[in-house]
Amino acid sequence: MLRYLLRRLAAFVPVALGVATLTFALIHLVPGDPAVAMLGDVAGPADIVNLRHDLGLDRPIAEQYASFLWDLAHGDLGQSISMRTPVARLIAERFPATLELTAAGLLVAIAIAFPLGLVAGARPGGAADLSAMTFAILGISVPHLCLGPLLMIVFSLELGWLPLTGRGGLAHLALPAITLGTGLAAILARMMRQSLIAVRSADYIRTARAKGLSAFAALIRHGLRNALTPVITLLGLEAGALLTGAIVTEMIFSWPGMGRLMIGAINARDYPLVEGCVLTFALAYVAANMLTDLAYGMADPRIRLTRNRGRGE
Amino acid sequence: MRSSGAGNPSLIAGGVVVAILAAAAAVGPLWIQADPLATDLTRVLAAPGPGHWLGCDALGRDLLARALWGARLSLTVSTTVVLLSLMAGGLIGASAALAGGRVDSIVMRAVDMVLAFPGFLLALALAAILGPGIFDLVVALTAMGWTGYARLVRGEVLTLREREFVAAARALGAPPLRLLLRHMVPALAGPVAVQATFGIGGIIVAESALSFLGVGARPPTPSWGNMLDSARALLLVAPHLAIVPGAAIGVSVLGFNLLGDGLAQAMGRDQ
Repeated sequence: MLRYLLRRLAAFVPVALGVATLTFALIHLVPGDPAVAMLGDVAGPADIVNLRHDLGLDRPIAEQYASFLWDLAHGDLGQSISMRTPVARLIAERFPATLELTAAGLLVAIAIAFPLGLVAGARPGGAADLSAMTFAILGISVPHLCLGPLLMIVFSLELGWLPLTGRGGLAHLALPAITLGTGLAAILARMMRQSLIAVRSADYIRTARAKGLSAFAALIRHGLRNALTPVITLLGLEAGALLTGAIVTEMIFSWPGMGRLMIGAINARDYPLVEGCVLTFALAYVAANMLTDLAYGMADPRIRLTRNRGRGE
Repeated sequence: MRSSGAGNPSLIAGGVVVAILAAAAAVGPLWIQADPLATDLTRVLAAPGPGHWLGCDALGRDLLARALWGARLSLTVSTTVVLLSLMAGGLIGASAALAGGRVDSIVMRAVDMVLAFPGFLLALALAAILGPGIFDLVVALTAMGWTGYARLVRGEVLTLREREFVAAARALGAPPLRLLLRHMVPALAGPVAVQATFGIGGIIVAESALSFLGVGARPPTPSWGNMLDSARALLLVAPHLAIVPGAAIGVSVLGFNLLGDGLAQAMGRDQ
């Protein structure tokens, strides 16, 4: 078990390095001079040269890359141009809000998907199944972008039940969390239904029925546990995506998280802050996937005991 | 028996929605004759009614015209991106699978590395850095999408490589490119078409999101995403500004998802 843990953690380092390198490449190797973009059209040549020097952009690219990695290892993400504050501090201030939103979205997704998938999979073809799967296709198709304003119009403006924007107590969290979690709920519900249907025809279910259990009881008592495995896998795979989904949700609801920080930085052409935010999101995404891997390996012994875990196909 | 018609409601429903959308995008802007960029300050925030069937926005611009031009933008961008992603990703995946061994391993490691980076974030960062312009938007979105096709095509080609008809063609001396294009592409067409259909829906969402965040299509160019962004501040007084683009995005994605589902079902039954 320990060996498996260490192996998976060791695999984190090259992936994190790759992601950091890709972020660096995005900012520094994509055509266009960041200094020119930051200063705008009115900047004179002297201003551009000075800014490039201040940001270290006039050094050889290899030196910039080495310096970038060195600083990163020490938790130094540079200085925000627009806010004149260390980037790391700004991110540390905003990241908890994004985490709160993402965690709430995850909980909403599970709370909706579990009963829905169960009801659909236990009696496929029935009325409940049809309604559940209609919800699922709608949930998958309606993006956060559309659902957010719709929920705002209905629950905040028309009914006045919930606040419109901002962060505060549970009431403020409700609409953003539902917006973020519904898409995932729909995907999970569908997977759960499929999984339950597949499990229904298993031998052990037939044995349980032969022993006198009703179809429903046999499914719930014996089949559910196995049916949950692919659902949990999918949950782990998609949970990371919730993080980036939070960016749009934060903008819709003016939620003071890292997503809003990043969009503000983009508008202000604050390259160091943009780089810091992109890097943090990307590393958090990798960490989430890594945690899923670890949890899955610990739950299912077959995974960690298999020598060659296939990469790709 | 291929399942189309009454046995496959998703295919029909999806097909109808996509057909209407395509027709609206192609013909709508020509037929409507209203200029999506023409401002009319006497009609600011006008509610839906005769003359302006979906109302007007904060600058008095006709919402129906803007929605139709937005449809044209979304469909053009998404189909272009999916085609480019498909070609680039498909070629890379197929080459890796046919080459096999070390090359395959290296290429797929590279794909995995890109996949480790969240796709939408990559598109967002690229779009922000590359700047405004539809071409840059297409590049940013293609960077997000190609890896999925690389993996899909590689997987399919690996399977097909072992089939008798491919072995026969190889025995007859067919070079790898002919092997791929003449013999494998017809077999690949099915799964790729399904993924591409879902892909178009996904790119419509991504493009709308990027435009909403201010890094995609910029105003005054009408895009469903930036229409939603402008509508945000006016939700209290003019909710129709948000409902029109929101409904457009939702219905489009629903249509493509249903169509993809239907195609998958049709092909599944076929096997």
